[in-house]
Amino acid sequence: MELNGAQIVVQSLIDEGVEYIFGYPGGAVLHLYDALFQQEELKHILVRHEQGATHAADGYARSTGKPGVVLVTSGPGATNAITGIATAYLDSIPLVVISGQVSLPVIGSDAFQEVDMVGITRPCVKHNFLVKDITKLAETIKKALYVATSGRPGPVVIDIPKDITAPHIKVPYSYPDNVTIRSYNPVLTGHKGQIKKAVELLLSARKPIIYSGGGVVLGEASEQLIEFTRTLGYPITNTLMGLGSYPATDKQFIGMLGMHGTYEANMAMHESDVIIAIGARFDDRVTGKLDLFCPNAKIIHIDIDPASISKTVRVAIPIVGDVKPVLEQMLELIKASTIKIDADALAQWWKQISEWQAINCLEFDRSSPLIKPQYVIEQLHEVTQGNAYVTSDVGQHQMWAAQYYKFNKPRRWINSGGLGTMGFGLPAAIGVKLAFPDEDVACVTGEASIQMCIQELSTALQYKTPIKILNLNNRYMGMVRQWQEFSYESRYSHSYMDTIPEFVKLAEAYGHVGLRIDKPEEVRPTLEAAFAMKDRTVFIDIMTDRTENVYPMIEAGKGHHDMKLRVAIGTSTDRELA
Amino acid sequence: MMRHIISILMENESGALSRVAGLFSARGYNIESLTVAPTEDPSLSRMTLVTRGNDEIIEQITKQLNKLIDVVKLIDLADSFHIERELLMIKVKTTPEMRDEIRSMADIFRGKIIDVTPTTYIIEMTGPSEKLDAFIAAIDPESIIEAVRSGPTGISRGEQGLHL
Ligand SMILES: Cc1cc2nc3c(=O)[nH]c(=O)nc-3n(C[C@H](O)[C@H](O)[C@H](O)COP(=O)(O)OP(=O)(O)OC[C@H]3O[C@@H](n4cnc5c(N)ncnc54)[C@H](O)[C@@H]3O)c2cc1C
Ligand SMILES: Cc1ncc(C[n+]2csc(CCOP(=O)(O)OP(=O)(O)O)c2C)c(N)n1
Ligand SMILES: [Mg+2]
Repeated sequence: MELNGAQIVVQSLIDEGVEYIFGYPGGAVLHLYDALFQQEELKHILVRHEQGATHAADGYARSTGKPGVVLVTSGPGATNAITGIATAYLDSIPLVVISGQVSLPVIGSDAFQEVDMVGITRPCVKHNFLVKDITKLAETIKKALYVATSGRPGPVVIDIPKDITAPHIKVPYSYPDNVTIRSYNPVLTGHKGQIKKAVELLLSARKPIIYSGGGVVLGEASEQLIEFTRTLGYPITNTLMGLGSYPATDKQFIGMLGMHGTYEANMAMHESDVIIAIGARFDDRVTGKLDLFCPNAKIIHIDIDPASISKTVRVAIPIVGDVKPVLEQMLELIKASTIKIDADALAQWWKQISEWQAINCLEFDRSSPLIKPQYVIEQLHEVTQGNAYVTSDVGQHQMWAAQYYKFNKPRRWINSGGLGTMGFGLPAAIGVKLAFPDEDVACVTGEASIQMCIQELSTALQYKTPIKILNLNNRYMGMVRQWQEFSYESRYSHSYMDTIPEFVKLAEAYGHVGLRIDKPEEVRPTLEAAFAMKDRTVFIDIMTDRTENVYPMIEAGKGHHDMKLRVAIGTSTDRELA
Repeated sequence: MMRHIISILMENESGALSRVAGLFSARGYNIESLTVAPTEDPSLSRMTLVTRGNDEIIEQITKQLNKLIDVVKLIDLADSFHIERELLMIKVKTTPEMRDEIRSMADIFRGKIIDVTPTTYIIEMTGPSEKLDAFIAAIDPESIIEAVRSGPTGISRGEQGLHL
């Protein structure tokens, strides 16, 4: 079969099994758009801004585990995609971003809409390609998908000059079944000797803790993690990115750890003698001040990326490998081992943990006349029976969603953790809803974040992706305001906008349902009504207590044992904000 | 801050060099010198990179380099017996009285005079970097018009080697 370059791109993606491509046209990709027009298999989702395309593809990828695919034009189309590429990079999400480029003969001449996409994206992609030869096109697409999805996943850019996709240049087409790259061979199974040592250390621990992260979600190893944790009977904590990979309502789960983690999770980390880190990368939001991090613990670390191991925290037993086979290998040894876990020590440890839990660090004022954001998330959990896909933006609302929506399944919690990208939530929700049209999809956002990609409301209408947007409207960039309250003597420098749009009208202008509430008793019925509107996108503008802060909190420079807790319930509502 | 000499075998692709250079600047690692050229297999290049850092930093550098898709293999030559060589070409002003002295100095350091004009010499010299430093220190700084150095390259001794 002879195809031109544009047809090769489209056919390769179809042969790869790609369902959706999220994109926006322009000069350098016109040939590609013409090829898209002439087929029906590969569905194109026209966004309203290229950032939206990358986040939507990212939401699709996070919820399905399949790669998200994006198509943008050269120059401004390509640069608009950068924030989304970096977002995917920091959270290790598989994306393939195809960007148009000016024709080969004019590359480097400051041609119209020319930017060095390969150069600009180099620091925020797993790999990138510039295609210079049409006969390499199909193979390059296969390689890009392979690199993006294997090992530690990540975004890959394919920059395609316009002349490569020209309609009249045709070459024989065949899509490779698989590719090998001699310089790229991710390690999958763990080193047997290391695993044996790790199991011995783990079984002889007196105050153990399992600290697992996004790697368990990425590696589809939730089932193995659950069996591993239950077999040991040890406490488990998750990072923000790991939420859902272990059921949050299970009694062994002691909450998220880190800056806004639970008191019990952070105290248990601090006091532990053995930590097993599973697909987690010791991020600074998790460790707090490094000098104070887990002073008594011996650490075992399972990670597919050797560079994640001993990067910020030295570990005693590194295990490089894919979390799923490694956990299976470990489980086998644990079951066969003659070492007995010290039951008394473990009981003591759980007793200590339950004392920390008794502090009830996530309790909040339930009698306030104002809507408490935490209450909204609790109600969201109940109304959706804990089964919704929840995307979020960045700020206080993100932390409340993480703390109060008890995720029991992996891939249901979709947020930008590493880059912390405001504007992520809405387009990501569209990507999720396309993948799971019959599931409830909620976007928890704030009045500042939502305005960063609000234009995608239009995309949601065009492709009939009925999502529910919960705008926790505190009339502040709450997260910024909270830091200013704690660290800058409440000088609220530019963390407030005097002109916040009327979101109800805005939602209606985009063709959706808009609702506004400001009383706690309205929360439940409004959420129920919104989720009952199965075929409508509903924007719920929720006026929350604007003085509310995210607790508990490890402030900058502090250790896990030194958390700031809510002072006393009831004081925050009456508090005046200067 | 130990000196390390890292030898990298990588795909001979156009962007490969900038990936390495970009990695060093993005992660704040220091780079003292870098040399690169294709190998006997034209699909591969060999790069030699001199850097400094404590054990933790060097461990991260080698891990991050290995993570680059274009990098096939690498070794830290500081870990094993190895030979290092650097090339120097230095152009010096010569007055008739000084010509003999410069020539014998070049001889002592096993250098070669490879170009002569009525007023200049170009001397070529290879050796470990310290030897080149010593030679430069031994000649009158006023007489040096320019000096170019390749940066060190290295190879491990014995039967082991860096290949596919
Ligand atoms: C406002 C804000 C506040 C935040 N507060 C917190 C907080 O309180 N607590 C918190 O935890 N985070 C918090 N974060 C998120 C934080 O910035 C990091 O994104 C997060 O902690 C990283 O999670 P992780 O360690 O699970 O790593 P991820 O970024 O999910 O990385 C996954 C790791 O697993 C490895 N991996 C991938 N696939 C596999 C596999 N198949 N097998 C084995 N290993 C694999 C990768 O190499 C990597 O090392 C916050 C973010 C924001 C924006
Ligand atoms: C693109 C981008 N710009 C700036 C920031 C810094 N930032 C983090 S949270 C935040 C405020 C978010 O406000 P809002 O969306 O209203 O959420 P709230 O914290 O009030 O819940 C800002 C500005 C960011 N994370 N992303
Ligand atoms: Mg806000």
